[in-house]
Amino acid sequence: MPTDASALALVLSADPTLMAIVWLSLTVSLSAVGFATLIGLPVGAAVALLRFPGREAAIVTLNALMGLPPVVVGLAVYLLLSRSGPLGSWGLLFTPQAMVIAQSILVAPIIAALARQTIEDLWVEYREELAALNVGPLRRVVTLIWDARFSLLTALLAGFGRAAAEVGAIIIVGGNIEGFTRTMTTAIALETSKGDLPLAIGLGIVLIVIVIIVNALAWIARRAGERLAGA
Amino acid sequence: MTVRAPASDLPIKLEDVRHAARAVTILDSVSLTLSPGAPTVVIGPNGAGKTTLLAVAMGLIEPTSGRVSWGGRAHHPPLRRAFVRQRPTMLRRSTAANIKYALATGTVARSEWPTRIVELLNLVGLSGLGERPARRLSGGEQQRLALARALARDPEVLLLDEPTASLDPAATKAIEDLVRTIAARNIKVVMSTHDLGEARRLAGDIVFMHRGRVVESGPAADFFAAPTTQEARRFVAGELLV
Repeated sequence: MPTDASALALVLSADPTLMAIVWLSLTVSLSAVGFATLIGLPVGAAVALLRFPGREAAIVTLNALMGLPPVVVGLAVYLLLSRSGPLGSWGLLFTPQAMVIAQSILVAPIIAALARQTIEDLWVEYREELAALNVGPLRRVVTLIWDARFSLLTALLAGFGRAAAEVGAIIIVGGNIEGFTRTMTTAIALETSKGDLPLAIGLGIVLIVIVIIVNALAWIARRAGERLAGA
Repeated sequence: MTVRAPASDLPIKLEDVRHAARAVTILDSVSLTLSPGAPTVVIGPNGAGKTTLLAVAMGLIEPTSGRVSWGGRAHHPPLRRAFVRQRPTMLRRSTAANIKYALATGTVARSEWPTRIVELLNLVGLSGLGERPARRLSGGEQQRLALARALARDPEVLLLDEPTASLDPAATKAIEDLVRTIAARNIKVVMSTHDLGEARRLAGDIVFMHRGRVVESGPAADFFAAPTTQEARRFVAGELLV
């Protein structure tokens, strides 16, 4: 089919427009995962290990936030960053930074909730042993994060999968500006509506390949964990 | 210049210790002194309070009432005490890395760790398995690794909670041989078991527990030759105590 052939040609020839879009998408999503990790991992560890009033509610909230609707997050970030919003003076609306903020908000709960579950499960297993070894609180946290590293990596990859496939939030706060804030998902939506199917399909192919690679990395991480640590 | 001897954890003294959880009394007015010397073996049927007694002696559990002291001091950090649980958890690391982790929690200088790891692997018969993930070891090997981890803390007192439960005879013998080797190194061993044969083979002293109370304690030879209480006589005779 000519459309499919054109799409494949765009991918194989590393079309500059397509590559720029892919590069921006990866930059935004990876940055978002980085920020979300800095927030989500400590939050997940804290909820897993600390006992405080309202902890059960915090766990339910974290789990619920995993299903945050992207368009609602996009709208909230839009209102925050718009000229009349509380952070309007920062001038971030319709920039890649705004997209990173929106995706970080979407991904952080995923990482926090998965990290909470992973660390808590390991804590149940390790608690008495670490107490018997007289391990202090800080070292316990470090031990749990290190020994759960392969499972936590899977959580990060799940977060990346969410960010890379997301369109609702970033199209609102990024504006889908060509050459500036246009990512794979927003470009696919736009090009499909315009009828430019080769570029849309080409980007779709790249997106699917990236998702497959991410899942393969998660699988490799788990296998490595089994081989090296018996995890 | 005067050199101060390192503070000893011995004797471990429990005075009128009571421990309850959810209104169930687990330890009831337990008074006991664990002094340096041959292994002390805590025996009794399941639910007698053996594990809780060891955990209190280790300092892992704060008793509901009563007093526990280590070398005359209450609230003494367990730097020279080590505890091996009935079903020890292997850290998700290699066998050698499990020992290294325990070394890092103890008092042995970092420069000595590599030598100590090799020594301990040899001692517990796991040389050659240092790089294997600890969770891939057999039950008996895991129990021996748990002992190596405990020894890595250079303990003065080693508390073992039913270390041979659910092990086959060969693995049991390996653990018992290790206990003798450890005791010969002047490490005070306090272990629990419900296996009378094991108690006869290893014990210097016996602490017999039933329903949370220490019913009888003293030299193992005296206990097995002439138990003084009816419960002890029935237990030694192999009757079921409930």
